[in-house]
Amino acid sequence: MRPSHLRRLGVFAGAVVVLGVVVVLSLMVGRQSISPVDVIHALMPSATGDNADIVRGLRLERTIIGLVAGAAFGGAGALMQALTRNPLADPGLLGVNAGAAAAVVTGFAVFGVTNGFAQTWLGLAGAAIASVAVYLLGSGSRSAATPARLALAGAALTAVLFSYITALSMRDQDSYNEMRFWVVGSVVNRGMDRLLLALPLILAGIVIALLVTRALNAIAFGDDTSKALGLGLGKARVATAIAITLLCGAATSVAGPFVFVGLAVPHVARILVGADQRRVVPLSMLLAAAFMVLCDTLGRIVSSGAEIEAGAVTAILGAPLFIALVRRRTLTATS
Amino acid sequence: MTLLKAGPYSVRVNHRSLIVGVVLLVLLVAALLVTLSAGTNAFPMDRVVAAVFGSGTPAENLIIGELRLPRAVVAALVGIAFGVSGGIFQSITRNPLGSPDVVGFGIGASTGALVVLLILKGSLAATSIGAVVGGAVTAAIVFALSSRGGVAPLRLVLVGIGLGAALNSLNSLLIVRAQVYDAQSASAWLVGNLVGRDWDEARLVGGILVAGFVLCLVLHRPLSLSEFSDERSASFGLSTDRTRLLAVGTGVLLASGAVAVAGPIQFIALTAPQVTKRLTGAPGPNLVVSGLTGALLLVLADLAAREAFQPRQLPVGVLTGLVGGAYLAWLLGREWRKGRA
Repeated sequence: MRPSHLRRLGVFAGAVVVLGVVVVLSLMVGRQSISPVDVIHALMPSATGDNADIVRGLRLERTIIGLVAGAAFGGAGALMQALTRNPLADPGLLGVNAGAAAAVVTGFAVFGVTNGFAQTWLGLAGAAIASVAVYLLGSGSRSAATPARLALAGAALTAVLFSYITALSMRDQDSYNEMRFWVVGSVVNRGMDRLLLALPLILAGIVIALLVTRALNAIAFGDDTSKALGLGLGKARVATAIAITLLCGAATSVAGPFVFVGLAVPHVARILVGADQRRVVPLSMLLAAAFMVLCDTLGRIVSSGAEIEAGAVTAILGAPLFIALVRRRTLTATS
Repeated sequence: MTLLKAGPYSVRVNHRSLIVGVVLLVLLVAALLVTLSAGTNAFPMDRVVAAVFGSGTPAENLIIGELRLPRAVVAALVGIAFGVSGGIFQSITRNPLGSPDVVGFGIGASTGALVVLLILKGSLAATSIGAVVGGAVTAAIVFALSSRGGVAPLRLVLVGIGLGAALNSLNSLLIVRAQVYDAQSASAWLVGNLVGRDWDEARLVGGILVAGFVLCLVLHRPLSLSEFSDERSASFGLSTDRTRLLAVGTGVLLASGAVAVAGPIQFIALTAPQVTKRLTGAPGPNLVVSGLTGALLLVLADLAAREAFQPRQLPVGVLTGLVGGAYLAWLLGREWRKGRA
C-alpha cells in the first residue's frame, strides 16, 4: 500500500472515530448529563430507569435523525458542488431545501395533509421543482450557470419561498404555531416514523451518489474536454440531479430546511482527501453526519435555558466559512 | 437627449425617460385617488378631493383624510424608497437580482427590528430605530468583509447573501423562541404591512427620502459611469470605491427607512428598476423613474391587499411576495427561451 493510500485510509478511519465520539457525546449531554458508561448501559435492550428513558426515549431519536439528515445534506452538497462545478453550491443556499419546506407547508396548511408519507413525497416534489427552477434561473442566455449567478438565483428563490411560507402561516394561530418550526431546521421531536418513511429514499440517494462519483470526476474536466475524451455525461448529470433531489427532499421532510451543512463539509473533505469525488462524496457524508450531530449537541450546551435549534447553529457556524470562501476567490465582473 | 439648465446646474434628460416619468406620475396620482375613494365605504371623486383638503363632512374627513390618506402617502413614499434603493443596488452590483432584499440588508433590518420587538419589548417606534440600525450594521459588516483591495461588486453580493442566510436563521430562531402571540405579531411585521400607518410614519420616510434625494443628486453621474467595468470607470477619473461606499450608504439608508416603517416588503426593490429599464430603454440607473415605478407598484399592491380579500385585509407583503414570485418565474422563462434559441 502506498503512503498516500494509507493516509486516506487514516482520514476515513479518523472520520469514523470522530463520528462515534460525537454520537456518544450527543447521547451524554443535555439538561441531565449522563456518563459514557451509563450511556452504554442505557442502550442495552434490557435497561430500564431514568437514564434509559432519557437516552433511548429522547436523545437516541434526535441523534439518529441528525446522522441521517446530516449525511444526506453533506452528500447533496458535495454532489451539487461537483455537478455545477461551483464551490458556493449548497442545497440550503440555493433554495432547494426551502422548496421542500414550502411544499410540505402547503400540504398541511392548504390541504390539511399531516400524513407523514404524503409529506415526504411533497418534500421531494418541492425539492425537485426548486432545483430545476434555480438552475434555469441561474443559467445565463448562452453560458452555463456561474457560481455567482446561481447563488443569487438561489437567494431570490429562497426569499420568494419564505415569504410564501410566512403568508400561509398568517392564516390562523394553529397552523402558524406548527409552521414556525418548519422555517428553521431542527432534529428534535420530528418522529421516528417520519424518519423511517424518508430513510429508503435517502439510502437510494446515497447509493446513486456513490455510483456517479466517477462520472463527476469527468464533469470536473469541463464539457469540452469530457466530450473530447468520448465521455457521455448526460445520463450521469440526470442521475446526480435525481440523487440531490432524493437526499434534500427526504432529509428536509424529516428535519426541516438546513443551510450551510452541504456547503461547509465538502470543502473540509476536499482539503483532507483531494479533489477525487470517489472519496470526497462519501467522506462528506460521514463528516456532515458528525457535524450535524455536533451542532445539535452544541445547541443544547450553549444556552442554559431553552435549546438552540441545530439549524441555527449550522447557519451561524457555516456563514463565516462561506464569506471566507467568497473573499478568497478572485471574482470577475462577468461571472 | 435634452439639456435642462438652471443657472450653473444642468441635467441631461433622455426624452423617453422624461415621457415615461410623466406618465408614471399621472398614473400614480390616479392610483392614489382610486385608493382614497374605493373601499367598503366608497366615495365619489369630488368628495375625495374635498376631504383631502379638509372640507368634507366629518365622516369623509375621518375615513379619507385621517385613515386612507396617510396610509396611501406612506405606501407611495415607501415605494419610492424601495424603488430608488433597488435601482442603486442593481446598478452597483450590475445584476438584476442584486437588490437589497436579496442581498441581506432587508434581512439585517428585520433582525434589528425583531431584537427590539421580541427581546427588548420595545414600542413600534423603537422597532423602526432597531430596523435602521440593523440594516446599517449589516451593510457595514458586508462592506467591510467584501473590501479586499477594493470592493468587487460580486463579492459584495455574495458576502451579503451569506450573511443574510445566517441572519435569516437567527430571525427564525428569535421567532421560534418567542411566545406564540408575540411571535405571530413579529411574523406579521416580517411580511411587510401598511395597515394603520399614520402621518408620523409618513414624516419619517419623507425625511429619509429628502436626505436620500440629496445624496442621489451627488451620485447620479458617477453611478451611471460605474456601470462600465472598473477599469473603464477608473479611466473616466472615477473613484469607484468611494462611489460605491456612498451609493451603498444611500441605498441602505433608503431601504432601512422603508423597512422601519412598513416592514421588509419583498420584491418592490427587485422589480421596480427592472420595469424601469424595460419602459425607458435607457442605460444607467434612472433612479427617478425607478422610484416612481416603486411607488405605483406599492400603492396598487396595497389597494389590492386592502380591498380584494374583504372582509379580511392581507398584509401587502404577501401580495408583493407572490407577485415577485410570478415575476421571477417570468424572468426564468425568458432566460430559458433565450437559452434554447
